[in-house]
Amino acid sequence: MEMMRMAGPADLAKQTRAWACYDCGKCTATCPISRVGGDYSPRRHVLAVNRGERGENEADGSLRMCLTCSLCDSRCPVQVDYTNLVRRLREISYRPDAQMECPHGGALQSMMRMMARGGLHQNRLEWLTGDMKTDTRKGHVFYWAGCAVYFDAFFQKLDVKTLDANRAAVRLMNFLNFTPVVSPEERCCGHDLLWNGDRENFERLARHNVALVRESGAEVLVTSCAECLRTWKADYAPFFDGKPPRILHITEFIAQHRSELKFEKNGKRRVVFQDPCRLGRHLGIYEPPRQVLRGMAGVELVEMRKSGPAAICCAGGTWSNCDRFAKQIQVNRLREARATGAEVLATACPKCQIHFRCAMKDPNLSADIEIEMRDIAELVMESLSNDGSAGQ
Amino acid sequence: MPAAPEKRSPKRSRLEKAADAPVKTAGASNGAVKGVTRAANAPAKRMRTSAKPGETAAKTETVWNPRIVVFACNWCSYAGADTAGVSRVQHQPHFRMIRVMCSGRIQPGFVLHAFEKGADGVLVSGCHIGDCHYMFGNERAAEQFEITRDVVRLLGLEEGRLRLEWISAAEGVRFAEVINGFTEEVRKLGPSPLGGKDVSA
Repeated sequence: MEMMRMAGPADLAKQTRAWACYDCGKCTATCPISRVGGDYSPRRHVLAVNRGERGENEADGSLRMCLTCSLCDSRCPVQVDYTNLVRRLREISYRPDAQMECPHGGALQSMMRMMARGGLHQNRLEWLTGDMKTDTRKGHVFYWAGCAVYFDAFFQKLDVKTLDANRAAVRLMNFLNFTPVVSPEERCCGHDLLWNGDRENFERLARHNVALVRESGAEVLVTSCAECLRTWKADYAPFFDGKPPRILHITEFIAQHRSELKFEKNGKRRVVFQDPCRLGRHLGIYEPPRQVLRGMAGVELVEMRKSGPAAICCAGGTWSNCDRFAKQIQVNRLREARATGAEVLATACPKCQIHFRCAMKDPNLSADIEIEMRDIAELVMESLSNDGSAGQ
Repeated sequence: MPAAPEKRSPKRSRLEKAADAPVKTAGASNGAVKGVTRAANAPAKRMRTSAKPGETAAKTETVWNPRIVVFACNWCSYAGADTAGVSRVQHQPHFRMIRVMCSGRIQPGFVLHAFEKGADGVLVSGCHIGDCHYMFGNERAAEQFEITRDVVRLLGLEEGRLRLEWISAAEGVRFAEVINGFTEEVRKLGPSPLGGKDVSA
């Protein structure tokens, strides 16, 4: 870990296969930002690394524009790991004393760093309601709630309701006779800090969170957030000593228990699914959410023109950048969703919800792009039939 | 300029005093807060003795001085602090003032950043509703403040550490009252759990 952090451009080129780049430019051609007119070129960063030039990449702030959606990685003919390259370059160029311009005035980064520092007794379980059975300490399944409670408070003016997904997930787990651990001691997973280059605070959060889950004795960790999932699965790996718990996205969890769920047929609803970049291209989880949606009696699953590995992301994953290009990407994506004739846009990540909701608030465009947006767990909970199913 | 209750040296230039007033007096004026009991878990570093040179150690009283960040709008609240200053109104000096053009500029990120850096209390101030120099900036400030307050509560910081006040340019006395009241409230709460050593930027 330490070695990788200190890696110079030559090591970086080796570790991320940047050396293999033959300058074809497919990355820049597929980049969602450059496709909507943004002056952003992944290829330029790759070439600068190959030339051993660090300065050029750091100087103009363009590193922070990358959505880290991995679309270019999936198109690269020589498998350059550009997403990781950008993350490393951000880590190398990170200066704690330099204030970067962050969307939302850096408020979200401040929250994350406060959590990283510790000493706070957060009120993060306020969203639980009386009908939910949870445990704050020990249990077989840990429900990783993520920062939805903060998102709903911070984006209250946008009517963001990411907590509905959490509530649905917990109710669904109760329905399947699980009493998940939901801990007040949970802290931000550190995903965004890591992708902003702040490895020090990320590691602090990682150590705390890994210890917390280990103490709970949980063998399975379930989360509704695609970014938390990626962090737990890929980035926390070095922090486990011993066997890590099984880490599942809520859609994977539902897919595993499909046979125990019975759905009521209450009319046909056309649903289109937005693949979160973390769930899809980062972790390769494409099928479980679709299995769940197809398995529901009242749902007809349709696909956008760009879906699965080709899906366009919500353009705001790591709170590192937000501009007119991000907005254009969101608007295009929502138009694509509307073009399928779907009534509902199903999501599997709170960030998708937030960013699409923000785009829909545009008074000039809302008529064209507004669409009902729900988390998959919510859709499942709504169409469950209460009679004869396991658990109740 | 906000008034500082310390005795000013006549040798210092007016300009120098003006530049220093909100910052330097925070730690330096010790006699002003005599009689306040010590906060239970106050770190030793920020304790000051209020003993005067002639007094014995037994009489020494220690108080903890909070670090407070005050955001003030250019047109009302900052001018209100000025009024307090030119009127020689005495008030607690343990705050750092940050002037913004309008309270509408004070977004949650500002306040959260102050807490992140270890502020024990944050006061957001602006023109009275209806008096905003930019028509409705303070209404925007109130909206933003609502969000900030909710997030601060979720983070587990006490509600008393954050306050919104409307102070006009004429209300020098009120400025002093608000500052005194808020300083006392924060002093009772004790140091912020995020205070102490500065970990991150």
